[in-house]
Parts: sequence; structure tokens; C-alpha cells
Amino acid sequence: MAVDKDKLLQFLLRQGDNTLILGHRVSEWCGHSPILEEDIALANTALDLIGQTQMWLGYAAEVQGEGKSADDLAFLRDAWDFRNVLLTELPNGDFGQTLLRQFLFDAFQSVLMGRLMKSSDETVAAIAAKASKEVAYHVERSADTVVGLGDGTEESHNRMQAALEYLWPYVGEMFESDDIDAAMAEAGIAPDPAGLREEYDALVGKVLTEATLDIPAAKYAHKGGRTGYMHTEHLGHLLATMQWLQRAYPGCEW
Amino acid sequence: MTQPSVKQVWEWLETIPDPEIPVITLVDLGIIRNVEFHGETCVVSVTPTYSGCPATSMINMDIETKLRDCGLDKIELKQQLAPAWTTDWMSDKARAALEKYGIAPPQPAGGPQRCPHCGGNHLEKLSQFGSTPCKAQWRCQDCLEPFEYFKCI
Repeated sequence: MAVDKDKLLQFLLRQGDNTLILGHRVSEWCGHSPILEEDIALANTALDLIGQTQMWLGYAAEVQGEGKSADDLAFLRDAWDFRNVLLTELPNGDFGQTLLRQFLFDAFQSVLMGRLMKSSDETVAAIAAKASKEVAYHVERSADTVVGLGDGTEESHNRMQAALEYLWPYVGEMFESDDIDAAMAEAGIAPDPAGLREEYDALVGKVLTEATLDIPAAKYAHKGGRTGYMHTEHLGHLLATMQWLQRAYPGCEW
Repeated sequence: MTQPSVKQVWEWLETIPDPEIPVITLVDLGIIRNVEFHGETCVVSVTPTYSGCPATSMINMDIETKLRDCGLDKIELKQQLAPAWTTDWMSDKARAALEKYGIAPPQPAGGPQRCPHCGGNHLEKLSQFGSTPCKAQWRCQDCLEPFEYFKCI
């Protein structure tokens, strides 16, 4: 069945903005990681995320039909136009916090991409099939690192527990649903995110238990990113860094 | 010039080396999915290895340059996402060339079969990621040399 074009666009922006903003955040580690192998791994993860962004935002621009490109959407929108979940825009913190954020997101992507591969929309299915192979590597690595640091030294364990206390209230937003999600579910394009929670909790719970980390009991979830209602104060600063070249020199190319 | 055959175009493409691993060709790698003529336009469908692989634009430029050098002037490059690229499409010739070059070829088991330097099989993974998106870093505990492994996807 035909789906409302604006709703499909919003759905695609949510996908592409998640990978764009997290990809940019992860790229901030380039040249700063604790050891060379980790530096390369983080840069490669960022690269995969930016590559997935090109596919999602490229399709978003096509659906929008205003002759824009993925680059236009990435570099010429303002903070209130972004539809990423708040989790992806949070500051990197220390290495452990970065990898924990990555794991919390990778776990979600690994569940979601598996479903999107069966999307009724051929392009969504193709992008998800491509992305899922990369996500499988990401989640394996981020889960291993979370276990290594959580079940590591007293210092690394304490830092990981503190990171979990900080990040956990941002997990709930990934499972929010609204009329856009309902329209996607009805058209068979994407699952209702609320229905992915059980699978996610099983995966995350297993890894965090192995990492000897305690999931905070509080249920409160910060939200407002995926609807664009209100981002954190961190997004504007990120965009200022990411977009300044295109803003200062419009149309500049390599 | 008269329009070359599709087979001829494949033969030309067969000579283009991968920009990052020049011992294998783009055809060996399995990323060229289709060649056909739409009227006078030669349409080449290419699939990316990894979605963010920075070599993608270089690969497209190399294909276009090669075909122009061979006398074609109407060329269209299409990105084909589905089915997603898999290392299963890599030719046996490419696997042998990789190993000889010092890169362990992809294995369904998810790790290298043997050290590409000494053939040893006491191996340890150093990192899931390497110098390009398609590779991981491993080390041989027999000869102690590090080496790259072409990830199986």
C-alpha cells in the first residue's frame, strides 16, 4: 500500500541522523584513542556509520523530491531538523563511556536491521541488508569491550558503572513509537520500535551481566530527539564543528 | 568505433586493479555485478564492499577512465545495493593472490586458516579492524609476525 511520503521521509531521517550523528561523535576519537588498534577500530566504525548515512539520507533526499543530496541534508539542516535519538549526540566522555554508548546503540541496530531486511520497501531492505553485516561486527566488538572494561579492574569497572548510570536513561527513547512508526508498521516498511524491546533487553542484559554491571532501576527516559521536539545542548555544538565548512564556504568541494 | 561486445568490456574490466589491494582486480573482488548496453551507453553496475569504503569513488573513477581509454565514451556507473556484497563472490584466483601478498583470505569460519607468511596455525586476533574497512589485524604466534586478514562478510 502507498505510504504517506512525509512520514516515510521522517522515518528515513531518523535512520540516517542516528548513524550520521553517532558516526561524527565516534570520529572525534580519531588520533586520540588509548592505543593504535582502538584508534583504527573507532575510525572504521565511524566510517561504516557515515557510509550507512549516505544510503539512508540519499534515499531520504530522493523521497523528499526537492533535488537535494545526502550532503545537503547532513550539512545544511539546523539542530531542530535533526531526528536522531538523544543517545547518539551525547558527548564521548572517556573511552569506556564511548564504547558503552556504542554497544547500547549497536545492540538496537542489530535487532532493528534484522527486521528492516524484510521491509516491504525494497530500498530500505537493501540498505538494511548491507548495514546489518557491518552492525554484526560493531556489536561483537563493542560487547567484548564492555565486558573487558566492566569486568576489568576496579577503576575500569567503576567508570563503566558510572557511564551506564549516565547513559541508561537515554535507552528508552529508541523504543518510543508515534504516528510515524504506526504508519511504517502498517505499510510493512518497519516494525514498531516498542516491539523490539524484549529482544534488546535480552541481548543487553546478557552482556551487562557478564560485564558485572548493574542496570539502573529507574525507568525514566529522556526523549525529544527522534521527534525533533528538543535535542540536548550538545547537538548544536556538534553541528557547529561538523557543518562549519559548508556553512562558511557554501558548495565547497574537495 | 563499433560497439564492443559485453564480453569485451568484461575483459577490459578484468585488468583494473583494486586501488587499495593492487594484486587483485575489481572483477576478482566480485564487486562488478553487471555490464550491459542501453542503446549506445555502457552501463556498469558496481556494489560497494563496505558502505563507507573510501575507495568506492576511486573505483568508479578507475572504471570510467579504463573504459574511456578503450574507446567508449558513453558510460554510466550504477550503484547496486542488493544483493549485498559478500566475500563468497571473491574468485579463487583472488584468494591465492591475497595470500601471496601477505593478506590471509576470508574464511567462512570467521578467522584466518593459516599465517600468510609462514603457514603457521597458532594465530591470535589483535583487532577486528585493520587498515581498510575490509580487513582485521591478526598475529602469528609461530613466526610472531602480524598480518592482515580479509574479513568474511
